[in-house]
Amino acid sequence: MSAKAQKQNNYFESVKFKKKMGQSIVLIVLIAGSLLILSPIWWMIATSLKDMKEIMTYPPTFIPKEWHWENYLTTLEKGPFLKYTMNTLFITSLVVLGNVFANSFIAYGFAKIQFKGRNVLFGIVLATMMIPGFVTLIPQYVLYAKLGWLNTYLPLILPAFFGSAFFIFLLRQFFLTIPNELIEAAKIDGANHLIIWWKIFVPLSKPAIATVAILSFNGAWNDFLGPLLFINDESLFTLQLGLQVFKGQNDTQWNFLMAGSLMVLLPVIMLFFFFQRYFIEGMNLTAGSKG
Amino acid sequence: MERMISDKPVVAKKLKKSKINASLQRKEGLQGYLFIAPWIIGFLFFMAGPLLFSLYGSFTNFNITSTMDFIGIDNFKKMFTNDPIIWLSLRNTLYFVVVSVPLTTAGAVVLAVLLNQGIRGMRVFRTIYYLPAVLSGVGVYLLWMQLLSPSSGLVNTLLSFIGIDGPAWLTDPSWTKNALIFMKMWSVGGGMLLYLASLQGVSPSLYEAAEIDGASSFRKFFHITLPMITPVIFFDIVTSTIGAFQIFQEAYVMSKNGEGGPANSLVFFNLHMWNKAFKVFDMGYAMAMSWVLFIIILVLTVINLKLAPRWVHYEGEDRK
Repeated sequence: MSAKAQKQNNYFESVKFKKKMGQSIVLIVLIAGSLLILSPIWWMIATSLKDMKEIMTYPPTFIPKEWHWENYLTTLEKGPFLKYTMNTLFITSLVVLGNVFANSFIAYGFAKIQFKGRNVLFGIVLATMMIPGFVTLIPQYVLYAKLGWLNTYLPLILPAFFGSAFFIFLLRQFFLTIPNELIEAAKIDGANHLIIWWKIFVPLSKPAIATVAILSFNGAWNDFLGPLLFINDESLFTLQLGLQVFKGQNDTQWNFLMAGSLMVLLPVIMLFFFFQRYFIEGMNLTAGSKG
Repeated sequence: MERMISDKPVVAKKLKKSKINASLQRKEGLQGYLFIAPWIIGFLFFMAGPLLFSLYGSFTNFNITSTMDFIGIDNFKKMFTNDPIIWLSLRNTLYFVVVSVPLTTAGAVVLAVLLNQGIRGMRVFRTIYYLPAVLSGVGVYLLWMQLLSPSSGLVNTLLSFIGIDGPAWLTDPSWTKNALIFMKMWSVGGGMLLYLASLQGVSPSLYEAAEIDGASSFRKFFHITLPMITPVIFFDIVTSTIGAFQIFQEAYVMSKNGEGGPANSLVFFNLHMWNKAFKVFDMGYAMAMSWVLFIIILVLTVINLKLAPRWVHYEGEDRK
């Protein structure tokens, strides 16, 4: 065997080669997987642009033969989606506002002020995350019915102003990383906790607060159960409810259903691409604390 | 849990020394209560109050308009003797939990390991795989109803390319639950992120040591990676089990008129409870059902916690 051949032979058995080989395989798997993951989104776009005849042809086409952009106009004419959008935006913006203020306020109390029973109370905050939603859903419905809040947005908006366990937890974790010396220094300058919270902690925790804002936007925008239970009047419907009704009216009219779905999902997709850092931050904060 | 509750009360200890400081401490305490007051009020109104009402209500024939008589444990008796659907719904729910939780957990771990390789462009892949996890609600369910449509859907089209004659998914009673599980697998990227964070916390020195000993990739995965991320796997299993038991929306939107068809194959526990509470207004019974679910979840979580020391590895802990 010549020296050159032996050298080549060694290369194929070398650690470096094996590593390269492994990475190539992983890369191929990941690319194939990405295509699979993205294919539903493309399929939704393609279907929304086809006419029903093309949707029903076999085998289905991956790229529409004719691009029926007017499907979107037809969809918008078929239901008061503009109204639903305004309703949803109204609820969503107030929910985000409530969540950002209430949770950072409450979390500051749990993170940075000493008081009796604090750990027990925080334990209760965490424990409430375990309780299945339906256990409190029925009594809440009864409560709102007695208060005359059914068919109003109050049950959807008001609870956001009283804190939610997950967000309190998330912000508290973040606040704990801010050194106490800042508070001590501010106190010497005569600041009280309210000022310290608003002037120091809120500005310092912009990333965590942005995470709360985005996650709660996502939650309110996608909320289906709440509106389904508390809203009856069609003029008060949200996008999720409107889409559900639209589904009933356009059974298997896939092009219109996909156009409608895409329009409802689009804001979330855009939000994700612009602010994915914050989505991921939120997950990492929870993951870090469980490690 | 321990770690997040114990931030040390350094300030308080220093202050304890004198009487003046004791009054300062009281003032500090009052401010603390002021800050958490919104949560306390919310907790009383939206959580504790409803819980108490529900607990009492589950022993009554409450129907929201006319009656609320105490009927003892009749509601619970009725579940065992006079409601065959509840058993079906429990079976459906258990099937969903038992199949979906291991699949999504394993899927998320594998995906995280793949995405943790030091390959260029990994950020792009992470974004793509995570995207489905942020999408939810009726739009996604409608999308999947189309994807799973037997004749015109993407899934069966792709399956036909590899010679598989796909099932009728949402119209075949024996496939409906698998259809929902399939849909859940799409958003496995959500769990992936959780694992990715913990994978990055595994010390490289462990792998280096194993490499010197000549360990294969598989050995490294099963003897280093997997044990090191068991705390996150445990957390994931506990929370996703709790979540899976409460499956409702998917079945409501993806079955005709929200009835959980075909052949009641999508009647999950919560869907049955919903129908009892808000369709026939048998609210006492529905509240009793909700407590049964709560207890099931509680017992399973306790079992999970008890089993944890057998397989969950905590760094720096003495193994007995």
